Amino acid sequence: MLTILFDGVAYGMLLFVLACGLTITLGLMNFINLAHGAFAMAGGYITVVLMNRYGVSFYWCLPIAFLVVAAIGLVLERTLYSRLYSAPHLDQVLFSVGLVFMSIAAVDYFMGGQQQLIHLPRELSGRWEVFGVGIGKYRLFIIVICALLAVALQLALTKTRFGSQLRAAVDDGRVARGLGINVPVVFALTFAFGSGLAGLGGALGAEILGLDPNFPLKFMIYFLIVVTVGGTSSITGPFLAALLLGIADVAGKYYVPQIGAFVIYAVMVLVLILRPHGLFSREGTR
Amino acid sequence: MSSASETLMSSTAGKPETTAMALLRRRNSWRAYEIVLWLIAFAMIFAMPSKALILTEITIVALFAVSLDLILGYAGIVSLGHTAFFGLGAYAAGLFAKHYFAEPVTGLLVAGIASGVLGFVTSFLVLRGSDLTRLMTTLGIGLMLAELANQMAWLTGGADGLSGVIIGPILGQFEFDLWGRTGYIYSLVTLFILTWAARRLVNSPFGLSLKAIKTNPVRASMVAIPSRHRIVAVYTIAAVYAGIAGALLTQTTSFVSPDVLAFHRSADVLLVLVLGGVGYLYGGIIGAILFTLLRDWLSVITPQYWMFWIGFVLIVIVMIGRENLARWHTFLPEPLRRAMTRIANWRPGAKIGGSR
Amino acid sequence: MTVALETRNLVKRFGGFLATNDVSLSVRQGARHALIGPNGAGKTTLINLLTGVLKPNSGQIILGGEDITALPAHRRVRKGLARTFQINQLFGEFTPLESVVLAINEREKIGGLAWAPLVAHTKVVEEAAALLQRFGLADVMGERTVVLPYGKQRLLEIALAIASKPRVLLLDEPAAGVPEEERHEVLAIVRDLPADVTVILIEHDMDLVFSFADRISVLVAGALFTEGSVSEISADPRVKAIYLGEDA
Repeated sequence: MLTILFDGVAYGMLLFVLACGLTITLGLMNFINLAHGAFAMAGGYITVVLMNRYGVSFYWCLPIAFLVVAAIGLVLERTLYSRLYSAPHLDQVLFSVGLVFMSIAAVDYFMGGQQQLIHLPRELSGRWEVFGVGIGKYRLFIIVICALLAVALQLALTKTRFGSQLRAAVDDGRVARGLGINVPVVFALTFAFGSGLAGLGGALGAEILGLDPNFPLKFMIYFLIVVTVGGTSSITGPFLAALLLGIADVAGKYYVPQIGAFVIYAVMVLVLILRPHGLFSREGTR
Repeated sequence: MSSASETLMSSTAGKPETTAMALLRRRNSWRAYEIVLWLIAFAMIFAMPSKALILTEITIVALFAVSLDLILGYAGIVSLGHTAFFGLGAYAAGLFAKHYFAEPVTGLLVAGIASGVLGFVTSFLVLRGSDLTRLMTTLGIGLMLAELANQMAWLTGGADGLSGVIIGPILGQFEFDLWGRTGYIYSLVTLFILTWAARRLVNSPFGLSLKAIKTNPVRASMVAIPSRHRIVAVYTIAAVYAGIAGALLTQTTSFVSPDVLAFHRSADVLLVLVLGGVGYLYGGIIGAILFTLLRDWLSVITPQYWMFWIGFVLIVIVMIGRENLARWHTFLPEPLRRAMTRIANWRPGAKIGGSR
Repeated sequence: MTVALETRNLVKRFGGFLATNDVSLSVRQGARHALIGPNGAGKTTLINLLTGVLKPNSGQIILGGEDITALPAHRRVRKGLARTFQINQLFGEFTPLESVVLAINEREKIGGLAWAPLVAHTKVVEEAAALLQRFGLADVMGERTVVLPYGKQRLLEIALAIASKPRVLLLDEPAAGVPEEERHEVLAIVRDLPADVTVILIEHDMDLVFSFADRISVLVAGALFTEGSVSEISADPRVKAIYLGEDA
């Protein structure tokens, strides 16, 4: 039982890192970006290629995945996304679905449709038995990294200058511009950073989530759940939502494999009906 | 537009009722492009009997897209789960034919009712909230149904699909043939009847009020339009249409698989509608023709990777701007443009109406 | 005297800000009642409360003796409470004819009919044409609303409200933004509104208020400051002070 809880927490942490970039683009910038999973997939495939073809160490792959995907995100934001910030939501949906389709086909073309495997460093594989609870070393590794990231993010958003600039830019772009904040630059950097995190999450998750060309579609709904259920008023909301979703999903797949996914979607729809601003949002009941 | 109404004006000067009646009559008279489109569609039965299968596919996609246009183009609801209704209709028709009664028209009705009930129930979920919550709810409902179809293998055949569906002759008279010719005629007649009905719907007071809700919800409520009722109604009707489209797919292929509920279908139908243009009913049909031909052509040149190009088309459409695409004819040289407008707006009996 | 519209202790808060402070207003049947007050006095909030765009925190709204506080906006219109907006709220791609037909359809409760075309409802079309004629919109009834000059759009704004045959009509600065040369047309329409329709006018232009209204309520900081006939209000030094204070 506790093992499942542990796995669930690891899975949830991973989802949080994957989805927290989306919290910002979708939640704060109000851009419906269904292609977020494509950035995560890119991170995963970068890791696979670096490790399996060039023998790069797993630990090096993580920052590289982050940086490369952040760069991709930056380029796409400047060239395409930024033009659609004020476009109707339908256009944003069409655009990002188009991006998903292209990324799926492109990855299929270059890498093939099969599941990709990575070989974790020896010290990360295997598990410890602590009081009868199986603690996977790799999952512990994920929990530690993601927890550190979550704390760092929370601090960055609330304590740094950039964080307050971002919140100002999101609250009221015109006023922020008046205060001398370069809104496009803030948005671009944030978008890049969020994409980078997705890339990192993809790299970390390649082992646990599985990696094949359909990744962006398979996990799109999970990311969206984290954001909509978590709400966007803080980092904590999505964080809790991700944990909850992770535990529920792992437990559901274990105990009630027939209806696990169904229950998750049903709960999501229910939450959306009852609290359209998210379960953990302060303005939720409005 | 303005020049047309000026000529009307001058011919009926001093009689506002007459002008008003004439203007409204013009509003729902058949345009030339509509007539041509249907003539070609029916001529295809004889002109291209060997292409009946792909023609049937176009017809079904068209009906599905017309259904989406009712909620997107007329009620302004962006849905990412419209295939829920399509898929439910497909399964309903399959199961009904397999277990109860093999006559297809009855099956269409059953499928339409099943999807309509689901549409009615779920319509209350899309009344509230922002575009994002609507997207998520529609997407969630679609995924729930897909999951159900997958898991309830005892009923649906699970991932292998529902096989052993045998469809009887239409109305007990017309047997489906191997070349799909009956299937095409059957689908086309269904599409024609339903488009005709949808045409009446959008040109009626109900249709006008829907457009009003979409353009200006604040004012709409201030001319006493009960927006919620109207949206529930049109969402239900659209669900019926989608269900019938799904049923047509089952009946013409004698097979249902969970693919009818897959997310990509919801995305495809959005693309179809956007290709053809949102909000004038024929966008779905024209889009279906373009989309199916495009996909066929792409899958010939790049068999596995046509998805890439579909995605590419989506992005290009958005980047050029849907409004600009809708105004493509304004980029033509002036004389050609004028000729086209004249042809497109020509309608039988227009002259008589104008000179009265 | 019959009361057409009444509010009892109406309160609306936005967070800590009291936008409507215990307003009890009573408007006589057939009155020409003006609602004035400096910027930020809460005139628009009051209108939004009356029409159901906003829900009050407490208090009641009574239309023709019936409590309508809980009714949604469209039901209030059906009960005979129509309004115009300070900034035009029109259907840009509709023609004036379609817009007016729409409003009449809803009033006649045929707006949900989904089979017969608009033109089949002859009575509606005839009424729409007559109304457009009366408002000087007959010659542009087939144009798209967005291309009409502002004065014409303003007339259509009022026509839409009249089309629902209101018992009480709220006019929110009817002449606002209308160029001088089109202004008289709008004012003439306002002046010629049927006498049995109760009109509540929100206006900044004092000349218009004094020439049109028979009764005036003054709102200050969300609360009803004073109420009286035109001569009473125009003679009231406190009202003058409020307006002079604002100008200075």
